[in-house]
Amino acid sequence: MSSDAIAVQTAEATGQPWVQTLHEWVTTVDHKRLGILYILYALVFLVIAGLEAIIIRIQLMRPHNAFVSPQVFNRMFTMHGTTMIFFVVIPVLFGFANYLVPLMIGARDMAFPRLNAFSFWLTALGGFLLYFSFVGGSGLYGAGNAPDVGWWAYAPLTSRAFSPGHSADYWTIALLVSGFGSIGTAINIIATIISMRCPGMTLSRMPLFAWLNLIMAGMVILAISPLTAAQIMLSVDRYLGGHFFDTQAGGSATLWMHFFWIFGHPEVYVLVIPAFAFASEIIPVFSRKPIFGYPVMVGATACIGFLSLSVWAHHMFTIGMNSYANSFFAITTFAVGIPTGIKIFNWLGTMWGGRIQFKTPMLFCIAFLFQFLIAGLTGIMLGTAPFNWQLSGSYFVVAHFHYVIVGGILFALFAAFYYWYPKITGRMFNETLGKLHFWLFLIGFHLTFDLMHIPGVLGMPRRIYTYEPGRGWDTLNFLVSIGAFVQGIATLVFVANLVVSYFKGAKAGNDPWDAWTLEWSVSSPPPVYNFSSIPTVASRRPLWDLKHPEDPDSRYE
Amino acid sequence: MSAITTRLPETSVPWKLPYRGKVGMTCLIFAESAIFTIFVVAYLFYVGKSLSGPTPQEVLETPIFYTICLLSSSVTIHFAGKLLERGRRGAFLLLWLLTITLGALFLYGTGQEWHRLIHEHGLTISTNLFGTTYYSLVGLHASHVTAGLVMLGIVLLFGLAGRVGPEQSSRVEVLSLYWHFVDAVWVVVFTVVYIVGR
Repeated sequence: MSSDAIAVQTAEATGQPWVQTLHEWVTTVDHKRLGILYILYALVFLVIAGLEAIIIRIQLMRPHNAFVSPQVFNRMFTMHGTTMIFFVVIPVLFGFANYLVPLMIGARDMAFPRLNAFSFWLTALGGFLLYFSFVGGSGLYGAGNAPDVGWWAYAPLTSRAFSPGHSADYWTIALLVSGFGSIGTAINIIATIISMRCPGMTLSRMPLFAWLNLIMAGMVILAISPLTAAQIMLSVDRYLGGHFFDTQAGGSATLWMHFFWIFGHPEVYVLVIPAFAFASEIIPVFSRKPIFGYPVMVGATACIGFLSLSVWAHHMFTIGMNSYANSFFAITTFAVGIPTGIKIFNWLGTMWGGRIQFKTPMLFCIAFLFQFLIAGLTGIMLGTAPFNWQLSGSYFVVAHFHYVIVGGILFALFAAFYYWYPKITGRMFNETLGKLHFWLFLIGFHLTFDLMHIPGVLGMPRRIYTYEPGRGWDTLNFLVSIGAFVQGIATLVFVANLVVSYFKGAKAGNDPWDAWTLEWSVSSPPPVYNFSSIPTVASRRPLWDLKHPEDPDSRYE
Repeated sequence: MSAITTRLPETSVPWKLPYRGKVGMTCLIFAESAIFTIFVVAYLFYVGKSLSGPTPQEVLETPIFYTICLLSSSVTIHFAGKLLERGRRGAFLLLWLLTITLGALFLYGTGQEWHRLIHEHGLTISTNLFGTTYYSLVGLHASHVTAGLVMLGIVLLFGLAGRVGPEQSSRVEVLSLYWHFVDAVWVVVFTVVYIVGR
């Protein structure tokens, strides 16, 4: 398998016509190229969904604003949420997993290279379908274009009566198709990690990145599949006149909520576990210490994965479940805090006494630690059923989950971008621009999402397109919107840094960070076949062993 | 290119990892199980909640013969795999063909039942909740049987062309894993639809 991968792509000459280059990229089955495609695809959608967020924030900047109509506002928050979850964060995480997992475990490619390409193109088709709804969603009904049912698409909003055009169909089909892609990639990641490790790479010697992605892929399989099933049911309802979620025929709208959140909550952990994986690789390298408590980190992650499958109904406290269900879901939600706390202490333990280098990736990781802690604490607050009854459906919830996704996941992602940029492109990024990006984004993030908690507590509901003046929300909303602009500018700095450094950056060399995992042993960017000879490892830090033959890790295992 | 020099390996340590096909299929089976679980939950949740007839008690007949067909195809595919491993191609092809026949018979049985329900009892997917959940669950399973039959058929064609030998037996085993899964799901669907649901 590896030999024909070499034969296919050795023809990579510099002066070939662009059509041929394009053809190579479109037909590629190489895990590194697919990884880059995933990442670029996600970046495009990041900009689109970011613009949608800006539109939302302009509309809410002052009371009685009329920047967009209520209908357009509904479409914007629906598309923003759906795009960010399914077509930004999932693809970008799969992109990093695709690129890095084979390199880290000493393999030449994923277990199923063609399935890998197929999964990517399915995901790409899903995103295309979702955005094609702007053109095709109206249908013959003139019912308005893009989906406006919210990213959770509660019944009966999705029924024919309330979504008469095709917009909800595009939403359903887009998620169904990209869901198949996600399941394919998850299968691929698991098979790669189980079956493709290089000699000596036992499970207990795998980099934490590989371990955490293994757990993430397992959760994708168990969490995305219920969503797929629910989308099939919704399609049956919409196309074949079924009654799954049709309350007038005895169906249940609550059942859709259950099915959606059985997917929806584990999904949060599907997104955050790779963020943990980034932090677990980056923090040790910039603290110049091995990770603290490796086996506990693996165990805690597995524990989070397991617990997260039994917390979904904490999104549904307000629908009126009985007290046993409320207590059960509150307790399981609190329980997730325990393994998460263990992980935070382990990262702190890694930094403790280390010789910390405050490079850009490390700055983002440190911010990630603190912000993720706060996000977890507001999560515990919302997991308390009585408190939740008060604040569910308010901007407090919006602030909470954006703290998780932006303050936690996105910060870790930025760290990953800076950390592996030299490996992927062969060039160093500009450190000054990186630090500018960090500080701007940090200020913008806290301006937006710290303040956003307060209108929530003051009673501002989510999803409203405007509000009355004089309720104490005006100034706060104005500042929140200003923060959103600051984040937008910071993101432009980030993109500019990526582009400029690609052409002007200093040569990175194999191992600019003096790191320890196998991807840093090959050239930057890595050759198509990754390893000219398959490496053999004897410890968790093979490059440390190589650089310090007098005191290798393998002696202590 | 690659800077790492292969460290002296412990050559005595054998390095054998599970076959990727089997791992991949196991993962797919887990994913499919999750999908079926949701459909089964929906079916059970809606038992007896239809606002109009016909009800399962009135119209369903237990398909014992076709169930025996499908379940015995699991046995034939198992022995077909064993025969292929030992290199007995002719016997393998014969059992493989038998497996396909049994699977096709089962599918015919499902088709016949649907025909009866639609034409005699007027039960379609949009009639009531029973129709919606019944056709979705049984149809989801039938679509998996169909997909399985297509894959089995491809192997049969390659086999008839003389391209399937013992060296392919691990791949054939992956396919039979899928077929066993489809059969196991039928046990659940059968229990839910024809026993619990009535």
